[in-house]
Amino acid sequence: MNLLYTEGLTREFGGIIAVSNVDFEVEEGLITGLIGPNGAGKTTCFNNMTGLDTPTKGKVFFKVNGEDKDITGWPAYKICRLGIARTFQNIRLFKELTVGENIMVGCHFKTGKSPFSGRFTNAIRSYVRMKDETEELYERTRKWMEFFNLAQFEYETAKNLPYGQQRELEIARAMASDPKLLFLDEPAAGMNPNETEDLMKTILRIRDLGVTVVLIEHDMRLVMQICDNITVLNYGQKIACGTPNDIKHDPQVIEAYLGKEDEE
Amino acid sequence: MFNFIILIFIYTAIYSLLAMGQNVITGYTGMLSLCQAGFFAIGSYATALLSVKCGWNFWATLPVSIGLSALFGLLIGLPTLRLKGDYLCIATLGFGEIVRNILINWMSLTNGPNGVQRIPMVKIFGFAINPRSRNWQYLIFCVIWVLVCYLLFERLARSRMGRAMEAIREDEIAAASNGINVTKYKVAAFMLGAGVAGLAGSLQAELILSVMPSTYTFMLSVMVLCMVVLGGMGNFKAVIFGAFIIEVIDYLPKMLGLTSVLPPQFKQILFGLILVVMMICRPQGILGRQNNAFKRPREAAK
Amino acid sequence: MSFAEFFQHFINGVTLGGTYALIALGYTMVYGILGFINFAHGDILMVGAYIGLFTFNALRGSQDFGLWPTVAFFIAMVVSMVFCACLGMLTERIAYKPLRKATRLAPLLSAIGVSFILSNTAAWLWGTQSRRFPKPFEDQAISFGGVSVTPHQILILVVTVIMMVAMQLYVTKTRMGKAMRATSLDQDTARLMGINSDHVISLTFAIGSALAACGGILIALDFTCYPTMGTMTGTKAFVAAVIGGIGNIPGAMLGGVILGLLETFGVAILGIPTGMRDTIAFVALIIILLVKPEGILGKAEKEKV
Repeated sequence: MNLLYTEGLTREFGGIIAVSNVDFEVEEGLITGLIGPNGAGKTTCFNNMTGLDTPTKGKVFFKVNGEDKDITGWPAYKICRLGIARTFQNIRLFKELTVGENIMVGCHFKTGKSPFSGRFTNAIRSYVRMKDETEELYERTRKWMEFFNLAQFEYETAKNLPYGQQRELEIARAMASDPKLLFLDEPAAGMNPNETEDLMKTILRIRDLGVTVVLIEHDMRLVMQICDNITVLNYGQKIACGTPNDIKHDPQVIEAYLGKEDEE
Repeated sequence: MFNFIILIFIYTAIYSLLAMGQNVITGYTGMLSLCQAGFFAIGSYATALLSVKCGWNFWATLPVSIGLSALFGLLIGLPTLRLKGDYLCIATLGFGEIVRNILINWMSLTNGPNGVQRIPMVKIFGFAINPRSRNWQYLIFCVIWVLVCYLLFERLARSRMGRAMEAIREDEIAAASNGINVTKYKVAAFMLGAGVAGLAGSLQAELILSVMPSTYTFMLSVMVLCMVVLGGMGNFKAVIFGAFIIEVIDYLPKMLGLTSVLPPQFKQILFGLILVVMMICRPQGILGRQNNAFKRPREAAK
Repeated sequence: MSFAEFFQHFINGVTLGGTYALIALGYTMVYGILGFINFAHGDILMVGAYIGLFTFNALRGSQDFGLWPTVAFFIAMVVSMVFCACLGMLTERIAYKPLRKATRLAPLLSAIGVSFILSNTAAWLWGTQSRRFPKPFEDQAISFGGVSVTPHQILILVVTVIMMVAMQLYVTKTRMGKAMRATSLDQDTARLMGINSDHVISLTFAIGSALAACGGILIALDFTCYPTMGTMTGTKAFVAAVIGGIGNIPGAMLGGVILGLLETFGVAILGIPTGMRDTIAFVALIIILLVKPEGILGKAEKEKV
């Protein structure tokens, strides 16, 4: 069953086609990998699905309450509120805020009534009773800090964290919005094998929470070990799709990564 | 002399309101706005015109002045806030100048460069506060407003709204991807900043008992900006402290009788220097950013 | 409105716009390379106008018009351009260079500080009254079928066109121009390619400030010199740069001319009161930001994620 799928997703940048007619499918409860050589359009794909970019053509559907909803061109914050969270290739933390605050921002829309929505009396009440709200918020934050082993850094400013922890914090922030679907953009980039190992376990733990995960990754060992499904992009086009085993033996994929044999 | 010191404190109070507004916009949400003077002027003129021409009571003009400033904050905010930050400061600079231009040129309403005179004094329970003869009373009146606003803003800083604003300052794209409606919070910050500047404007009108367009110049906006930078962006206490220092610098030559020795441009040059030197040596301001990270409520109670 | 009248306003608008364009070039170049608005640019223009005025007065002697005053005018222009180039480099070194790696707001605030220091120091040294810039030659308007053009307007146009062509050639044809364009695209990579980006940035400030000085003198010739002339003129020039597409040299020229025309026609045809003239630029800014935020000739850029 598909949690999210695209129909003919296309994105052009002034004549250059970054993503061309891609039908991407994400099955609920599984880990889907999106791989391909550099410049294949993976991140563009992500941006178009998470509202940071608008596709030139094609549609994106996301299942909300059992119904497929067309979310093409929605603003990022609305897409996040539907239950899609993401991380970024080049870590984008709120650098001057503490680890705790970063995660709290992640829970932003999950907590409290905004003073601008809902009935006026409600807004006043939530304002006066900020203490209760804070406690509830704190419990959530605490939970995620423990899940990602970040509790000891609670009052540390995000920019002072070691690299590996910054990656973890970004995932923690994304998870704090209780997403149904989590997009990870090259989570293992720049990590050493030990850190990658830890990351792999973390991703599996996230899946065990019932969250569907999509990841872009270049580390093939990681992809092949944890992904249930893999989609391969090359030059903006989908060239293969299947289980890790299928992908490993797909001649087109081998060609994309290693070049044609008869070229030599 | 004593009167003079009280006057400095009154100005500190009025300007800390402006600076707190600027702090919400610049220190928290990270937008450089240069039109606090414009909102200040709108607030002043709203109170002045309504009380002189329509005979309204100060307390009735106050919501109008705050509301009108906030409305203009919304009007200038909506088109410009979606754009890159650098354009914003030019657009807001332009807005401040447009407001002043209109005040000078709309003779029938604002009486042009001569401004509005003979504004009735503030009355509390029928008791008029004369800002000239009983200026300590006016000081208390202003300080109460500053306290109220300070508490509100302090609360705001620790609320989810404050946190959302800080997130926007740090990284807009990441904030949007975490479910924060960036435009809404930016506009909200702008309206808050404008509204409190409108309040400051009303207080200013009641202090001088007349308003003139020449008060509300670009220079004033830069002065407010200086207060925020000097005290520390993103820290409401520091901003009040900054307002105090700038006001002392502003009145020191007059107080010490140095006006004949120092050039009249002395303080403007000093403000310029403050901005440059602070940016290079201590960009976080004298007191630095305030730490809003909250303490564990349960454990603190134990 | 008759054709002659229309043409008259057109000429006036283009002359005004030409000076805006000269100043806008400085904004555009600095923005292109460092990505921030150099607020002090307008005040450098003011300093340029004053230096030009003083040099011209000192050189001119007693003769009112004639060959020597004309030569003296150009000498004064060069002196002022050199002076401002140095001033521009100096402000860059002191106030902006330490802030290259700082937050986005820092250089902007620092620039506002520099602008304040410059304009108020000028007011202190040279007084707040406005001064007339003496005309280097007789102000006898030449009439072409009802359209009158003063020699000064011709001077402004000629100087503007020469400066712009020189600028465009410099940036597109020379080695240093290429280094400049490279630095504006990616400072770090340019540095790796062996370009001394500090040098390029200094040079950018020097050229931008020299052009501002030139624009300042031409504006002073048209109106007067006063210590705060830089703020409004500078801001309008910035608006011109945004209209044309910031970071884009032909865009700055186009934007300047468009803004000049808007102002003259706004006052002449729409009957906007002269006191509200400055408002036109800001309204134009807000409209362009809403309709085409990247400017007429600019390219849309999206932050990469």
